Amino acid sequence: MLNQIEINNRPDNPKPKIVVAMSGGVDSSMAAKLLVDAGFDVVGITMKLWGYKDSGGNLVEESNCCSLDDIHNAAIVCTQLGIPHYTLDYSEKFKEIVIQNFVAEYKRGRTPNPCVMCNTEMKWRALLEKVDDLEVDYIATGHYARKVQDPATGTWRVARAKDLKKDQSYVLWGINPDGLARTIFPLGDLTKTEIRDLAEKATLRTAHTPESQDICFIPDNDYRRFLKEKHAVELVDVAPGDIVDMTGKKLGEHDGIPFYTVGQRKGLGIATGEPMFVTQIDVASNTIRVGHRSETLSDTFLVEDLNWFDPVAEDVPVRVFTQIRYNHPGEWATLTPESNGLARVVYDVPQAAITPGQSAVFYQDDRVLGGGHIKEVVFEKKLVGA
Amino acid sequence: MTHIYLDYAATTPLHPQVIHAMTDVMEHLHGNPSSIHHDGRLVKYRLSQARDAVAAGIGAQGNEIIFTSGGTEADNLAIKGLARAYQDKGRHIITSRVEHKAIAASCEWLEQMGFKVTRLETDQYGIVAPETLQKALRPDTILVSLIWVNNELGSINRIRELGEIVHEHGAIFHADAVQALGKIPIDVANLPVDAISLSAHKIYGPKGVGALWLRKGVALNALISGGAQESNHRGGTENLTGIVGFAAAVELMRQDFNQHTREMATLITKLESKLVELPGIQVNTHPEWRAPGILNFSIANIDGESLFINLDRAGVAISNGSACSSGAQQPSEILAAIGLSKDLARATLRVSIGRGTTSDEMESFVGILKNEIHKLQNTDRNRRVSA
Repeated sequence: MLNQIEINNRPDNPKPKIVVAMSGGVDSSMAAKLLVDAGFDVVGITMKLWGYKDSGGNLVEESNCCSLDDIHNAAIVCTQLGIPHYTLDYSEKFKEIVIQNFVAEYKRGRTPNPCVMCNTEMKWRALLEKVDDLEVDYIATGHYARKVQDPATGTWRVARAKDLKKDQSYVLWGINPDGLARTIFPLGDLTKTEIRDLAEKATLRTAHTPESQDICFIPDNDYRRFLKEKHAVELVDVAPGDIVDMTGKKLGEHDGIPFYTVGQRKGLGIATGEPMFVTQIDVASNTIRVGHRSETLSDTFLVEDLNWFDPVAEDVPVRVFTQIRYNHPGEWATLTPESNGLARVVYDVPQAAITPGQSAVFYQDDRVLGGGHIKEVVFEKKLVGA
Repeated sequence: MTHIYLDYAATTPLHPQVIHAMTDVMEHLHGNPSSIHHDGRLVKYRLSQARDAVAAGIGAQGNEIIFTSGGTEADNLAIKGLARAYQDKGRHIITSRVEHKAIAASCEWLEQMGFKVTRLETDQYGIVAPETLQKALRPDTILVSLIWVNNELGSINRIRELGEIVHEHGAIFHADAVQALGKIPIDVANLPVDAISLSAHKIYGPKGVGALWLRKGVALNALISGGAQESNHRGGTENLTGIVGFAAAVELMRQDFNQHTREMATLITKLESKLVELPGIQVNTHPEWRAPGILNFSIANIDGESLFINLDRAGVAISNGSACSSGAQQPSEILAAIGLSKDLARATLRVSIGRGTTSDEMESFVGILKNEIHKLQNTDRNRRVSA
């Protein structure tokens, strides 16, 4: 009595098999729908990454991922599409890898981007391993991104989505190249508006789900509250310290390094008459340095944890359009891979608030050459940071 | 295409006899059994027939049957209702670590109300030893609740021996008989039990109806306040269609009980003899004290989640421990209680068969399982896991 489509999709069927990571939102629902329409043998999988009790705060506005409602929505959409759906519990792994890194990074005075870590470690590593067990060829997500193959070398690169306003290629730099070769981004050539329209036409119950939050496991977006409430144990040795200006003069006190990010203006508790921004966070001296907007500018930084979609050569400079934050418009820079496994990036024009822990993503046209985490920023030839 | 349903312990399809009885009632009887006019009296009569039929299936009297919305409500009513009715005599309750969630959660609720709960350890098959129960009894123990046939493992608790100990002590004894009904003979008139929980949809009856059998003279506080229905034990107009379906299912059960249960036992024995030939199989159902139709086993060195998905994709509907409300597989507390590691618990399957299961299906299931286990045990990752 199962529906016909599911029966047709049994393993002896030659259709290409694909797993779609489904959050229960409109994007991944439509990704599944587009693949079914394209003739794939689709399996919907929802990765349960965390539980709401682990986020705390005011949960009236639930985020887009991992709540029971979202999981049920994903399951119902799959049944509507005639494909199987499974929920896999990755919450322990997510805590071990993504959340632990998130807390540790703030303790180191850095500003993490957990979405990057989640994509790299959860979707394109843990899920991909599972996909092998299921004898599935491909993996798909509802990301707004494309991938492009170099006709000469055959290598794949992540590329920007057609909808530049929604483009998520920035958070996908960490995918390992083998994983990327097995990835399909069904939404890459569509705009968000088109996706919503298609979802509505297909009467998917997720057609009107809200946009996802910045950080899915902190629905109220208050990471300081999250750290204080849920990770007090890890933060037990965090102590208040000095806020100083660029000359070293004390302007006030901070509550602890993890509660500040580079570029932050609000909540510093100092009155100097003009806007001051966090420029550097120094864990060793437990000091936060602030300066005027112009003093947050720098043109040079070092990048670690590099991932390349195409090979780069040591000490050979490459021109790359470099983005240092999710919403950063990007700017041209010269990238030089170094022998120590790091890369040095020098912007043509100094940029404000280059932030250790954030990702630097290197584009050539609309294609991603690679990326990494910002390790240190060079201010007036002096290295600071972790 | 292959479709093999091996999840009869989760639920069973409605039997045609049951459907017939239910549609007959839906078409012809519309009155409220509490009404004292002609229409009401007709329904009341039909209801009393159904009550007698369900009672006859367990060796009880009709007036001892309290219809509920299912096994979970029956369990809730028993635990909360009995504990509150007898709390003046004491506030200690004994249960086990391998109970159904309805019992486990009701006991937790009582703990929040200030009751004390002792959860008995079991052997590796989920069976409570009489000595363990004996040792746990306290002067203030008022209620003991133990599962009769374990819903995950299929092992049978020795209800007679356990009940005698409880009664010797002067406490009330409840048994969750949801999985026992239809699988093993139940004759409450001749057993030292005071209350048992039942459910219709495990025996080819409808979902959403069950019953608590309560021995005459045993006190019980109601959970659902309202009218005087169900001898003041459960308010609300009776679910006539469901109750009649339940009665029809019990009648069906009595028609061929011995033959049916023998067939189920034979099929499972045959299945087990083939399974134990596979590498790394461990059977968690007691070798003798087992209900016909259920076999629980674990497979070493394998990712249970992947195995479950691949079996589903291959057309086998089977249960692997308990899924949590999100649908994700979380290692069941029952499997932890019998000492299975997290990995082994995840790679545990429960085969439960019923009317309609054929020996051909069992053969194909073994073939599919063998194939899937072989493939998974040979992936790089699982080789690493087992190394």
